[in-house]
Amino acid sequence: MNTPSDSQSVGIVAPQVARFDQPLELACGRSLPNYELVYETYGELNAQCSNAVLVCHALSGHHHAAGYHGKEDRRPGWWDECIGPGKPIDTNRFFVVSLNNLGGCHGSTGPSSTNPETGKPWGPDFPALRARDWVHSQARLADRLGIECWAAVIGGSLGGMQAMRWALEYPQRIKHCVVIAAAMKLSAQNLAFNEVARQAIVSDPDFLQGYYQQQDTIPAQGLALARMVGHITYLSDDAMANKFGRALRSGSLEQGSEGDVEFQVQSYLRHQGSQFSGSFDANTYILMTRALDYFDLAREYDHDPVAAFGQAKCSFLVISFSTDWRFSPARSREIVDALIAADKAVSYIDIEADEGHDAFLMPIPRYLAAFSAYMQRVGDEA
Amino acid sequence: MRLDLAHILRWIAPGSRVLDLGCGDGEFLELLRDKRQVRGTGLEIDDDMITAAISRGLNIVEQNMDKGLSNFPDQSFDTVVMAHALQAVHYPDKVLDEMLRIGRQCIVTFPNFGHWRCRLYLGTRGRMPVSRFMPYHWYDTPNIHFCTVRDFEALCHNKGIHILARDVVGNTQRQPLLAGTWPNLFATTAIYHITR
Repeated sequence: MNTPSDSQSVGIVAPQVARFDQPLELACGRSLPNYELVYETYGELNAQCSNAVLVCHALSGHHHAAGYHGKEDRRPGWWDECIGPGKPIDTNRFFVVSLNNLGGCHGSTGPSSTNPETGKPWGPDFPALRARDWVHSQARLADRLGIECWAAVIGGSLGGMQAMRWALEYPQRIKHCVVIAAAMKLSAQNLAFNEVARQAIVSDPDFLQGYYQQQDTIPAQGLALARMVGHITYLSDDAMANKFGRALRSGSLEQGSEGDVEFQVQSYLRHQGSQFSGSFDANTYILMTRALDYFDLAREYDHDPVAAFGQAKCSFLVISFSTDWRFSPARSREIVDALIAADKAVSYIDIEADEGHDAFLMPIPRYLAAFSAYMQRVGDEA
Repeated sequence: MRLDLAHILRWIAPGSRVLDLGCGDGEFLELLRDKRQVRGTGLEIDDDMITAAISRGLNIVEQNMDKGLSNFPDQSFDTVVMAHALQAVHYPDKVLDEMLRIGRQCIVTFPNFGHWRCRLYLGTRGRMPVSRFMPYHWYDTPNIHFCTVRDFEALCHNKGIHILARDVVGNTQRQPLLAGTWPNLFATTAIYHITR
């Protein structure tokens, strides 16, 4: 397992880059004169171009969703559990497109790219983006790849919110929408967590108002702290108890023993934080969390989700996880209720899982079985 | 096809919108889709049943109707069906009210506890009936609200529920006359088409 030669792996994959020279008008009123999107594809596009599936990534995700980048690579893409031959998003049937969102930091144009007007990195001057901007940029990628209509647009968390936006912005171009561990808008608690994360970044002395790149530094401490806060909210109380409990990594709590004590959970979180700060751009993190905060599916529809979903023509699968408190099952049920009231085809499953929000990335048998069953239907209709 | 489902099929208008409460693996919704081109939604709580129903390409919502159906708007479905689940819900009368609020018409089927075999079993042995159709003991049965044909009709009368049609399934195919004439004695399954 976990090798490129595993029969259930898409094997070795290579990212591609699509460049767009037609300006993209953005929701904020500004426009991007040109941009690049980095993406990967898995499986083959059929002759009718009807078997294409778009995978939308979450807050800190990227284009590398499945397979490996080399023979020695032992870490597959972030959603390898669900994408591959015989997996729910079966690459024997589907042509899967996975891209890094605009504003990202894994190869698509974003704050760390060079601003053509100044010749310097965009940094904090990169335009603010909304989920709809991503959707529009993705539609252009679909045009480029010859995909008139997606068999399905699929995403978890922020990716699920993008998938819903797809259903409203391009109702003719999407047949199925799979919304996993998402919400129609963030709760106040969610907004609060994102603000703590951003404050951690901007209060790092190395942040330099976002112009850290020009000074050849990064706000590593702030970014790590932001990730630590986020990471806590992606796990459930039970998941943390099972994984770490109160186990010590070093030191002792015996009476008479002096010196520092470190719990396992402390060292785990610090490790996650430092890993992240070495691989993710702080301005992108701020941009992505803002896009998440500003997302409100029904805002333009007089705040009526039923009217919003009235635009959609596709069928929906909504999935939630029992211990997910960041995007709780109640948020998913709101989506389902609005879809029912809008007379849309919807299936909904609530998966019993200990892993909290992160469960959507886990190989939970019931989740994979139901997801596969739905994707069979998507394939049959493609 | 289960006999009670064949009966219900006649009352479903082609192309209508149907909600099936306790849809199981979706056998009936599939039938409705294929024979009546209905736009159906099923409610179910059993994991494996839900996956099986999704495999049939049906729209299935995981929801426990004992926790309410208030998320379904008034009169949003042409027909609400509940086959062999009335006896298993916590508040059958409240579920009936909700069904009639959500659907313009409703179809309910349930096992008739007034059937002569049940009466004989209880009368002669003095114990709760266990049979091929009701294979549970009193302590482990999911069927917590058994009723008879007359019980159900009395409830409809009290609630002002209008019975559009009644159909029954007898013990064997050869007894339709008996079950039709004396349903409370000879119907194993009662099937009601009701509305407000």
